[in-house]
Amino acid sequence: MTRLIAATLALMLTCVSAFAQDAAGPIQQVLQEHRDTILKSSRTTIGPAIDAVADSGLPQAQAVLEAWSDKDMWLREADGLFFRAEKAEGGYALTDFDSGEVVGVVDKDALDQIKPNSGIRALIGTALVQFQLKDPDPKRRKDALTSISRDPDQALLKPLRNSIEMETDATLKAQKLRLERLLTIGYDADPDARVQAMADMSGDLGVDVRATLNPLVATRRAVAQGGVPEGTNVAAILTPGSDALSKVAAYDMLVSADLAPPRVTDAAIRAALEANITDGRVGGVAVQQLNSDAARRAAYITLAEAGTVPPFISEDEVQATLDGFTFYDAYFDPSSQVTDAANDALNAIKLKVGMNQAADLTLDALSLASIYFLAAIGLAITFGVMGVINMAHGEFIMMGAYTGYVVQQIIPNHTVSIIVAIPLAFAVTFAAGVAMERLVIRWLYNRPLETLLATFGISIALQQLAKNIFGTQARPLTSPAWLDGALTLNDVVSISYIRIAIFFLALFFLAVFLFIMKRTRLGLETRAVTQNPRMAASMGINPGRVNMLTFGLGSGIAGVAGVAIGLFAKVTSELGSDYIVQSFMTVVVGGVGNIWGTLAGAAMIGFLQKGIEWGNPSNTLAAQTYMIVFIIIFIQFRPRGIIALKGRAAGD
Amino acid sequence: MNRSFVARNPSVLIFLALLALFTLGVTILSEGFGVGIVSTSFVKTLGKTLCLCLVAVAMDLIWGYAGILSLGHFAFFGLGGYMIGMWLMYERTRLIVVDALAQGQIPPTPQEVVDGIGNQIFGVVGSSDFPVIWSFADSLTLQLAMVVLVPGLLALVFGWLAFRSRVTGVYLSILTQAMTLALALYLFQNDSGLRGNNGLSGLQNLPGVSASQDVVSMWFFWGSALALGLGYLLAAWVVSGKFGSVIRGIRDNEARVRFLGYSVEAYKLAMFTLTACIAAIAGALYYPQAGIINPAEIAPIASIYLAVWVAIGGRGRLYGAVIGAAVVSLLSTWFTGGQAPDVPLGFYTIKWVDWWLVLLGLSFVGVTLFAPQGIGGLFDLISDRLRPDRHGADLGPDQGSLREKEAQQ
Repeated sequence: MTRLIAATLALMLTCVSAFAQDAAGPIQQVLQEHRDTILKSSRTTIGPAIDAVADSGLPQAQAVLEAWSDKDMWLREADGLFFRAEKAEGGYALTDFDSGEVVGVVDKDALDQIKPNSGIRALIGTALVQFQLKDPDPKRRKDALTSISRDPDQALLKPLRNSIEMETDATLKAQKLRLERLLTIGYDADPDARVQAMADMSGDLGVDVRATLNPLVATRRAVAQGGVPEGTNVAAILTPGSDALSKVAAYDMLVSADLAPPRVTDAAIRAALEANITDGRVGGVAVQQLNSDAARRAAYITLAEAGTVPPFISEDEVQATLDGFTFYDAYFDPSSQVTDAANDALNAIKLKVGMNQAADLTLDALSLASIYFLAAIGLAITFGVMGVINMAHGEFIMMGAYTGYVVQQIIPNHTVSIIVAIPLAFAVTFAAGVAMERLVIRWLYNRPLETLLATFGISIALQQLAKNIFGTQARPLTSPAWLDGALTLNDVVSISYIRIAIFFLALFFLAVFLFIMKRTRLGLETRAVTQNPRMAASMGINPGRVNMLTFGLGSGIAGVAGVAIGLFAKVTSELGSDYIVQSFMTVVVGGVGNIWGTLAGAAMIGFLQKGIEWGNPSNTLAAQTYMIVFIIIFIQFRPRGIIALKGRAAGD
Repeated sequence: MNRSFVARNPSVLIFLALLALFTLGVTILSEGFGVGIVSTSFVKTLGKTLCLCLVAVAMDLIWGYAGILSLGHFAFFGLGGYMIGMWLMYERTRLIVVDALAQGQIPPTPQEVVDGIGNQIFGVVGSSDFPVIWSFADSLTLQLAMVVLVPGLLALVFGWLAFRSRVTGVYLSILTQAMTLALALYLFQNDSGLRGNNGLSGLQNLPGVSASQDVVSMWFFWGSALALGLGYLLAAWVVSGKFGSVIRGIRDNEARVRFLGYSVEAYKLAMFTLTACIAAIAGALYYPQAGIINPAEIAPIASIYLAVWVAIGGRGRLYGAVIGAAVVSLLSTWFTGGQAPDVPLGFYTIKWVDWWLVLLGLSFVGVTLFAPQGIGGLFDLISDRLRPDRHGADLGPDQGSLREKEAQQ
């Protein structure tokens, strides 16, 4: 090596490159062949140099490219050889690419750094992919695949294909195969191969498949005099005046293609007339009379005949011009074989996506239904069983949610705080419900309308109290980490864990309700008292106590529902009033006095709302409006709800 | 029973006299026509309060007399406001647009004027075309007719649907509340054609009138007073005759009245529609004084407040509704306007802006529990209208109303 350095120094001023090439290793030779392009460092010309290194088949190629990309490749000015240089004491330590040995430490002034710009680095990166795809480290192979799928390119197809065979990891191999199919669809030169790839991928739900297929069926709108030019892959021939292409748009296309004179708009007529007023008259018409489009047009035509303004183009002339042209949509891709196959594949995917969306919608509706059920189940007890209209029910839900919030302030661990909050919320709202029953509702059992009003008074007082205590801004009630995220079945169907949890919570409360009502002493007494309080009293039941406990139970469940609702909605003082009307509707639609009715009502309202939202996705307000209107009409046909009580249990 | 209407209802005459006296007093004290002690903004508040009294009379008719607790009458009130607001906004914008276009050298075409108005009105919701519901907005006569017709028709259709399927009691209350909610949500959309949550604004300016707000506010005050007087008279006349007796009969026992051969549904429907029309007229007078209307005005809570006013004033008597509406809405303005003095408790200062609703809610509970007769019940103490002793027997489901008086006659 020392001999080499001495020799190069000696011959520095003579035929440097020729000598260097003779003495250098194989990769250095490749670099030297392209030295001028490398030094020029231009994105447009660098291609051959990178390809030469990448395709050299030498084991050092990857190292060279990485050094180059990382700006670690330096040129020794003395002899024009390339080295990897690293900062060392007394200058830079040069490493020979071929041997991998340090050849010496040189002062910075004797070196020239190769600084590839970002464009060149991107090209180098593409060239590096083939090495990364074969990298022994599976993680790097995975990264390479991710970067390809993020930024697919024709040049990546070959290295990807080459790397499939040596892949040992089964998951990665599957990914590679899938990516290879996608790249084939997008970039293969052979149309048959692309069609085959599309056939392979049709029915795949991945968003990436659709993202690959959609550009293939993109069209451009064009116009041609006479027939459509040969060799165009036509998607559709358009008739001006149809839904797809209005006459105005068609004529505008002609104008922008300089195939027809621009139409004179009403605004242009007005401007032209204003510019040509002489002595209060335009084109022989008095200015005062120009207050209709017909008069203005007539005046303009007079001006046009005099040659002052461009001629007016009538509707007939527009039609005549349009008749002379053919308007069509053409695919960008010239091969109809490919576009047809892409359309077929997309249709197949669309059908499958549609079915999966239906499934997803069903899940959404189910979760909405369970939220409504949870919000309404307390009412099913107080309103449904006892017949008490509690307008403050929504505020009990709010109290439950705020209880959860306060507990979370004290206990920072989310899991523990939720476990504590649920019974505490039950206790708080149970107490509030019992107090309310004792103080207010007890005196109003025979006056349902006044119960409604009195509880409404409590509702506004509680709401304002919450505002005074917690402020008007929304308070967060954070769910535990294990409830974050979503259960994803495929790219279309997914449901968040928290909604699944609410679904099961709703089921749990249904079970609790049924157990209490059918299997416990309290349930028996409640049913007896609601059917006939005097008879129940003479059987030794204390109706006052039973009513109090039942009302407390309904309120307590509302509090627990509040914790659940607070987990996915922001906790504000209006939380409850957002749900109160829907909750009452759930109970009324389902049928008062029957828990299965409430379940059916919640299911109906949930599915209905999701269905309407699906039909009109941009507008959830409209969805709620239509749903309420539907319920009002539904009540016409089943005034006692879906499941109506019959006989004596129905009361009046 | 052959005595004249006024003789049978002395309270009507007293009420009208007091109303006239009040109107005269405000006129003398006003800035526009009198000595200027009462400010214009307070005249507007008083005028608005008179409108609220009118809608409370309507509420008392439907709740206190017919026993239907409608939680949706503010929907009709708001619709009336929207109908008159459409004309006010259209006409005012038209004048502005015509003025602007007159600056040009060439007179505008009718289409240019309409396009200009559309741009001005619907620019905020990203549109410029007139929706179908604005078809009559250029005509004051038609739009005034729509003030009554649109809410009347809505009440007719809704009432027919509800009453024919025998929805009663609390179910009906919830249904009417749902109706209001649906309407409010619908109007909140931008493509409802009524400017979404921006609502209609600038209604306090009468188009083509150059008089100052001092004067205009008095016109509206007089209009509101006149409407209240006439509405009160109409309501008193409706409930005093045979129709009124049937209506009260329905309230107290619907089944019995039906078995007597009356078409209960028709009576209820007539009452529901009539009160909806009265509410709409009240709204049409209210919103030009408020200056702005938006869908939040007809949210379900507004209708519930209406019920609160009537309950606090005392239902089943028309003057009770007027007193309740006036007292509660004026007190509410006073408390929430920050004029009420704070109460320092040492450890905590009660700010009435924050605590007024708590007080209102609790006093409402108190009234319902302890004074079902409301403020109006105080008048029974000074008159000889005492409750007959029924030895504890239950009169019916609705004890808050004064049916004992009829029982005595």
